[in-house]
Amino acid sequence: MTAADTLFEPAGGSSDVGPVLEVSDLAVSFPSESGRVQAVRGLSYQVSPGEVLGIVGESGSGKSVSSLAVMGLLPSQARISGSIKFQGRELIGLSDDQLSKIRGRKISMVFQDPLSALTPVYTVGDQIAEGLLVHGKGRVTKQAAAKRSVELLDLVGIPNAAERAKAFPHEFSGGMRQRAVIALAIANDPDLIIADEPTTALDVTVQAQVLEVLKTAQEVTGAGIVIITHDLGVVAGFADRLMVMYAGKAVETGHVDEVYQRPRMPYTLGLLGSIPRVDADEKQPLVPIEGQPPSLVDLPQGCPFAPRCPMAVDACLTDEPPLSEVDNSGDHYAACIRSDELGAVEVQADEASVAAAVDVAAEVFGVEVIGEPEVARIPRDQRTVVLDVRDMVKEYPVTKGVVFKRRIGTVHAVDGITFDIREGETLGVVGESGCGKTTTLMEILGLEKPMRGEISVLGQNVSALNGRSRKAVRRDMQVVFQDPMASLDPRMPIGDVIAEPMQVHGIDKEQIAKRIPELLKLVGLRREHADRYPAEFSGGQRQRIGIARALALEPKLVVLDEPVSALDVSIQAGVINLLDELKAKLGLSYLFVAHDLSVVRHIADRVAVMYLGKIVEIGDVDSVFSSPQHPYTQALLSAIPIPDPIKERARERIILTGDLPSPANPPSGCRFRTRCFLHASLPPEKQSKCIEVEPPRAVQAPDHEAACHYAEPRQVV
Amino acid sequence: MTTILNEGDSAGTTGAAQGSPVDAAPDPDKGTSRGRLVLRRFVRNKAALVCLALIVVLYFLAFCYPLFTQWTYDQQDYTSFLVPPGGTHWFGTDKIGTDMFAQVMRGLQKSLTIGLLVGIISTSFAALVGTTAGYFLGWTDRSLMWIVDLLLTLPSFLIIAICSPAFRGKTWLIFVGLLAVFQWMITARIVRGMTLTLKEREFVKAAKFMGQPARRIIFKHILPNMASLLIIDATINVGSAVLAETSLSFFGFGVQPPDVSLGTLISDGTESTLTYPWLFFIPAGFLVLFVLSVNFAGDGLRDALDPSSTKGRRKESKRKALGELRKAKFDVQTERRGMPAPQGEGKHR
Amino acid sequence: MTGFLLRRLVNYVVLALVATFLAFTLASVTFDPIGVLQQRNPPPPAATIDAKRHDLHLDQPIPERFVTWMGGVVKGDFGQTIANRPITEELGRRAGVSLRLFLLGITLGITLGVLLGVISAIRQYKFSDYFATIFSFVVLSTPVFVIATLLKTGAQSINNSIGSNVLLFTGETTPGFSGSWGAALVDRLQHMIVPTLTIVLSQVAYYSRYQRSAMLDVLGSDFLRTAQAKGLTRRKALFKHGLRTALIPMATLFAFGFGLLIVGGTFTERIFSWFGMGDWLITGIQNQDTNITATVTLFIAVCVLVSGWLADVLYAALDPRIRI
Repeated sequence: MTAADTLFEPAGGSSDVGPVLEVSDLAVSFPSESGRVQAVRGLSYQVSPGEVLGIVGESGSGKSVSSLAVMGLLPSQARISGSIKFQGRELIGLSDDQLSKIRGRKISMVFQDPLSALTPVYTVGDQIAEGLLVHGKGRVTKQAAAKRSVELLDLVGIPNAAERAKAFPHEFSGGMRQRAVIALAIANDPDLIIADEPTTALDVTVQAQVLEVLKTAQEVTGAGIVIITHDLGVVAGFADRLMVMYAGKAVETGHVDEVYQRPRMPYTLGLLGSIPRVDADEKQPLVPIEGQPPSLVDLPQGCPFAPRCPMAVDACLTDEPPLSEVDNSGDHYAACIRSDELGAVEVQADEASVAAAVDVAAEVFGVEVIGEPEVARIPRDQRTVVLDVRDMVKEYPVTKGVVFKRRIGTVHAVDGITFDIREGETLGVVGESGCGKTTTLMEILGLEKPMRGEISVLGQNVSALNGRSRKAVRRDMQVVFQDPMASLDPRMPIGDVIAEPMQVHGIDKEQIAKRIPELLKLVGLRREHADRYPAEFSGGQRQRIGIARALALEPKLVVLDEPVSALDVSIQAGVINLLDELKAKLGLSYLFVAHDLSVVRHIADRVAVMYLGKIVEIGDVDSVFSSPQHPYTQALLSAIPIPDPIKERARERIILTGDLPSPANPPSGCRFRTRCFLHASLPPEKQSKCIEVEPPRAVQAPDHEAACHYAEPRQVV
Repeated sequence: MTTILNEGDSAGTTGAAQGSPVDAAPDPDKGTSRGRLVLRRFVRNKAALVCLALIVVLYFLAFCYPLFTQWTYDQQDYTSFLVPPGGTHWFGTDKIGTDMFAQVMRGLQKSLTIGLLVGIISTSFAALVGTTAGYFLGWTDRSLMWIVDLLLTLPSFLIIAICSPAFRGKTWLIFVGLLAVFQWMITARIVRGMTLTLKEREFVKAAKFMGQPARRIIFKHILPNMASLLIIDATINVGSAVLAETSLSFFGFGVQPPDVSLGTLISDGTESTLTYPWLFFIPAGFLVLFVLSVNFAGDGLRDALDPSSTKGRRKESKRKALGELRKAKFDVQTERRGMPAPQGEGKHR
Repeated sequence: MTGFLLRRLVNYVVLALVATFLAFTLASVTFDPIGVLQQRNPPPPAATIDAKRHDLHLDQPIPERFVTWMGGVVKGDFGQTIANRPITEELGRRAGVSLRLFLLGITLGITLGVLLGVISAIRQYKFSDYFATIFSFVVLSTPVFVIATLLKTGAQSINNSIGSNVLLFTGETTPGFSGSWGAALVDRLQHMIVPTLTIVLSQVAYYSRYQRSAMLDVLGSDFLRTAQAKGLTRRKALFKHGLRTALIPMATLFAFGFGLLIVGGTFTERIFSWFGMGDWLITGIQNQDTNITATVTLFIAVCVLVSGWLADVLYAALDPRIRI
């Protein structure tokens, strides 16, 4: 932090100067096809110097729009009213010239998508220097700006900053670009930093790195921070105060501990209950919030959450409740007429904790416990093997040239992985982008002979399949994709979508017609939905349609490719519960690929952790999560934020250094060693083993294997 | 290479989570279907609607003009030479006394017929080539795209002009064929680009994994999903075909006498723009009116189909929803030069 | 990078050769110069016809004719016209005429087109945008020969109303003009305005449409927002970050604008009696002269080659992502 001291004025300043940012009664609307969208409807909040305010909400809640309004970066057709005071100065109504003097110097912003946030044609260093030069006209020389931009890059943890400053954005990985954007944001020592979903586009380990950088940035600048997110975990350990938004309004605000432990708005409660948790000891059903967020075009009267609220009474439908103080706490506000009653339920719990709040959520929202499939009672090794993958390898050539391609390298996307799935079992495959999990899945779905190794589906080796038998195997193995928008053909009514696999497999028309309503009912949709087009359904519903299509042929194995990662948390819970229920009811086996370990923890029986095309750890989900053996698993687990401020603050986080090495040129020996904290702490004579010998997968505990020479359990969640 | 791989991966997992300033949630109950929305937007675009009506009227006129006039295009009125518009000769007569209205309508009929046929033939061919190349990739793709490159290197005008002696005195359908042969390449490129994108879409993969054969995937999932693009391109191709036809006919390389087209009429009229202006301005006016209508209507359609360019939301920065069509066109142009597209298409290969 | 540009160059050269071969073959197949000769009145004696046939190498198979012709081309001999005039002599003069027209037209066209496109994107749905849009649509919907004729008529009317011939539209210079160096320049300028305008109009229309849409794409981009967030005014962000990025796709369009230019040039030359390559092509086809046609095709192919390759170089210069 020595560099930082010379760079920035000492943080702090007197606390009696009043809030840095004071937003009152902010309203923003946009014209749209179907009418004016009231994106923000009367929002008020304050940020004190040095304070971290977390704004949480699902898509469409108006959280991003309100922050763009503060920056004065809303598109010109937006209509804004209310007041935004920054250090006592009203920002609404200022001209672009006046605002541009504040932007970047006093208030700065970190955007969501680091991949597109930097101009592709200028070097990273130049772009940071530009931010310094534009505010230091005449005072800062070009050389000084260039020098300082290198210092800033160094501060945000970019190795070889002087070198890398000369690189173009496309030569940076996503995490590096987000660091560069943070460097840009703190360049002029601002008093307020707005971070709009700064980690949403990143992998968990990178997310942990970036959050750490943000914390550093806050420490060195002493700025107030507004961090906007949809993930209650991300803000739990970082924010001082929390504001929950729904349908363009704040519905609950307060100190972060208060809001997590004693939520007084059913929406907040539901959100807390809907998150699958990586630290859950036993499987608890998730709280799904039924329905959809309301359309912001013409909101009905009353509380906008009422249609989805299990506690709604008639009075909720008449007036929209204002944000009002809870229990004279002075700090905790909720917008619910029944918040006192909710308080009364909570008091019954022994002591305030997030776990207790989740229990209350389960009670209020009425969640059923979902059973296990019957086969699960038979010991694992006596059950049929549904999918067996042995030493599978998939490599892509790296080619150059247009007409005559020549090979200049090989990407080892999947490099010898072995696992099996038994009847009635869910195997979760987890790993960050580039680890080969998607390739694994596509190889299995392709049903072609793998480059090396073997794949057997239901006892049939795929390399022995011919056209007809391959089609027969396809019948037993179905897939559900990630993106609910892309996985259904927009030109087909969903009845046809669901019918398609049955038509391909030559089932007669009458039977198909009979089966469609059954399937719709099975996934919680109505039979009259069959005539509608995918565009008429919400993300969660579309994912249900995708599941119905997968189940049409009564498969044995369903391959799920990140089935819930594109959905909002409250919707996600419903889909996860549905998957759980179907498994119990139909005795399905799942191959569940995900990057979100909490979801895997919730749904899987066994888990395989992948890193650079290898399985580094595999085993029973409880065993792997409670005592991970491989350092990568440990780092991965420790990077996942837990939606519990007290636990989160107390947690020690393993921050991995650097980026994923190129799969075209993986490190020798153990592939993880370049980023491994354990390896770094070893004496040189032990290190050489990691460098020279590839660690084999060794049994560490019953149904628990890890591929590390020096594996030892460590508790991280 | 690796950065591209990583980018593709992470972009894939976050695509749906991207926010825009107004990340308004879909409204399942009152949601308007895409078709209705497109129709509504198109109807709101007054200019495009007027143009569409004009196209219909022009086609009607071109084919039904004998109902309105006593003259035919090859009949001469020996009592009136070079009379200005008015009387029984609505558009006047030329120097041998032929009625200009009948001539212009006959020319319009020929030009529009050629345009329509070329538009349909070239767009269908482009769809076939583009989807084949995009779906199968490999050598199929490379050889097809090489042909496209080759045909794009030479202006089609030149080749057709060279071939013109061959069809002199033969049926004009040969001319239609030639025009079509040189009109499909750009559309094919765009179709190929869209096929590449659609192929990566999950519903196509789903179809593949449920066992649908490639041919059926192309016809059932890929082509219907670019129907709108094909309609727009067909429209615009009709316009360019008419332009190409008239240009060639202007030099006598196209429609041959005694048949007339707008091109031959304009060509005949160029020398008398100041003396007998109706001989030039009337056929030229009809030509410009038609092509302009086609272009405006095509553009209106594209706007209606393009989620980002609706007037209601004007400048809203909805980066991710950027007009697929517009983008496709650009990617295509980029790609046509054999360069990596700006956003890195590396993953497809 | 150099490797990439070299590979592209080789690719273009191959394309140009194949294209010329195709044009030569097509012309050889469809043209019937002997038939034209035979229809003369009185018909020439059979010996003359045979001699002609031999002169034109019509007694050889087509590929051989191409090789013979190409062999000459390599040595700088483009063969002879049907009328037995050496092509090489005329080529230089005609190419000069065309290049003068093309280069001026394309330079002005691109500059003005980019400018118009940017203005219309920034002021989207304002008057200037509508004006630019309608202008482009009308120009792109009007064939060049109509534009040229209209401009000619317009120039004639202007001259008539002024009472003196200010705008000249026949040929490049006044035939038999003699005068000082300065007067000669004025005379050239007077001849140049209308034909150049014909070319420039369609180029402006073409480039402005694409620049507008490239700029609109950039207007909604995240990096423009970042540039503003760091304190740049909207105007500055638009020009420094927006326009710079929006120029990238234009580089690739450059090569395609060239096709438009050549066709436009042909009409312009013909209508304004500039004896350039386009005019020659039409003459060549009308006389069914294979050698002229092939020569012009080769010229066009070389132009397309150069512009395509320039586009590649430009692209590489503009976009750091492809500087490998």
